[in-house]
Amino acid sequence: MTHLRLDRVTAYYGHLQALQELSLGVDQGEILAVIGANGAGKSTLLSLISGEQAPREGRVFFDDIDITSLAPHQRVRKGIALVPEGRHLFGTLSVEDNLRSGASTRRRGTWDLDAVYELFPFIAARRKHRAAVLSGGEQQAVAIGRALMSNPSLLLLDEVSLGLAPVIIRDLYAALQRITAEGTTLLVVEQNITEALAAANYAICLLEGRVVLEGKPDTLSQRAISQAYFGHDLGPSSKAAS
Amino acid sequence: MIWLNAVVQGLLLGGLYAIFACGLSLMFGVMRLVNLAHGDIGVLAAYFSIILIEHLGGNPLWTFAAVVPVAALVGYFLQRFLFDRALDGGELSPLLVTFGLSIVIENLLQQTFGANDQSLNIGALSYQSWKIATDVYVGRLNVIIFVIAVIVIVGLQLFLSKTRTGLALRATADNRRAASLSGINPKRTRSIATAIALATVAIGGLFLAMRTSFAPTSGSSDLLFAFEAVIIGGLGNLWGTLIGGIALGIAQTVGSQINAADGILIGDLVFLAILAFRPQGLVGLKSEVAR
Repeated sequence: MTHLRLDRVTAYYGHLQALQELSLGVDQGEILAVIGANGAGKSTLLSLISGEQAPREGRVFFDDIDITSLAPHQRVRKGIALVPEGRHLFGTLSVEDNLRSGASTRRRGTWDLDAVYELFPFIAARRKHRAAVLSGGEQQAVAIGRALMSNPSLLLLDEVSLGLAPVIIRDLYAALQRITAEGTTLLVVEQNITEALAAANYAICLLEGRVVLEGKPDTLSQRAISQAYFGHDLGPSSKAAS
Repeated sequence: MIWLNAVVQGLLLGGLYAIFACGLSLMFGVMRLVNLAHGDIGVLAAYFSIILIEHLGGNPLWTFAAVVPVAALVGYFLQRFLFDRALDGGELSPLLVTFGLSIVIENLLQQTFGANDQSLNIGALSYQSWKIATDVYVGRLNVIIFVIAVIVIVGLQLFLSKTRTGLALRATADNRRAASLSGINPKRTRSIATAIALATVAIGGLFLAMRTSFAPTSGSSDLLFAFEAVIIGGLGNLWGTLIGGIALGIAQTVGSQINAADGILIGDLVFLAILAFRPQGLVGLKSEVAR
């Protein structure tokens, strides 16, 4: 069943057209990786799904219900949670209050404080600390935990690995696998292609607001990806030069 | 003894300022809106109390039970139908709208009640006092106001730290975007903040009217003192607001002791000194200013 469906959405980033008649479907339980260079339209795509931006044209459906006009907090109630790029924690609040604030919708499900602390044991020890004093990896874990507290059926992740050490990225992605084991659908936006493709069971590559490549990650060749990513064939000679 | 007396009176006066200031601070924290009509709404509440007493009689103390809930209700809808729209209109709109509201309230009050001074007559309570030391007497009403101020601040602090709605208010104050992405309804949260702000300023307005006389234009100076209390104590910190109110109150009464006409001026100077040398306030953290 199609969990999330975008039907020919067009959206602008300022005056620039960020997405052009883009259509997209995500099935329940799927892990979809959205890759693409800076400015390809990835963040705009997420903002259309989270409700922070409305499309100029087109509709957004969630479980076949039109949610195009719903505000972000209403979409969280329906089961869509976004972990925003840069984490956007409540820096003056304790780790535990950050997590609790994610539960404000009172959606029922498997995720509560104990479950999040079990998923990320290293933040349990810091539950009384202000979120602002945490390390980048800890903050990212809190941000994911806060989103989980709303018991989402669709979890959107924007640049989870940005600025983090490889070992921490590996831990976070391991946690994502456990989250999907609970039946949660994942949409991962990344510039870190390797991690995203390894985790995903379907991938799309955006270029200038359009889907230029899609398929199961293991069927996509490196060359096809780099061509889609940069918009032109780098060719054997330039490859050798780099 | 006259200095001790001045400090004690200032401390008690500070409680009243803190009641005025806490709502102003809460609204600014949650939605970055400076309500320039804050003081006038307090004065409006006092006139509401006068009307109630005229028609129903009795000691004005009972009108708290009517005025404060009405103020909260008005606050909720004032946010929904006026301030929310102003907030959508950019940075200048909220200032213009609340400034306009202030003018409307002041003129409506002048039109209806005239420019004469009024006061709420609470009988013997207004002059009874306790002796706490040689030559130091404290008015019973002033002590009651101070105790209520502490109760309001403690209650508000408990509400913010222990309840779900309080958490939503703190989260919204910290990061609006993240709050709505966490499922917190921003409209509802803002309305609740304004409801609380108007309820508290109504308490302040009634106490002020029992303590001294007031007129339709009294709101502006109340707003100024509330501002000063918030800044002296440190933004975004309720204890700071109480400390700031007390510091301002003491500065004013000690200033009056030095020269009867200079009390308010000394209070303003303390405010300016804090702004210049400790902009985070007496209790605030440095990082709060940077944000």
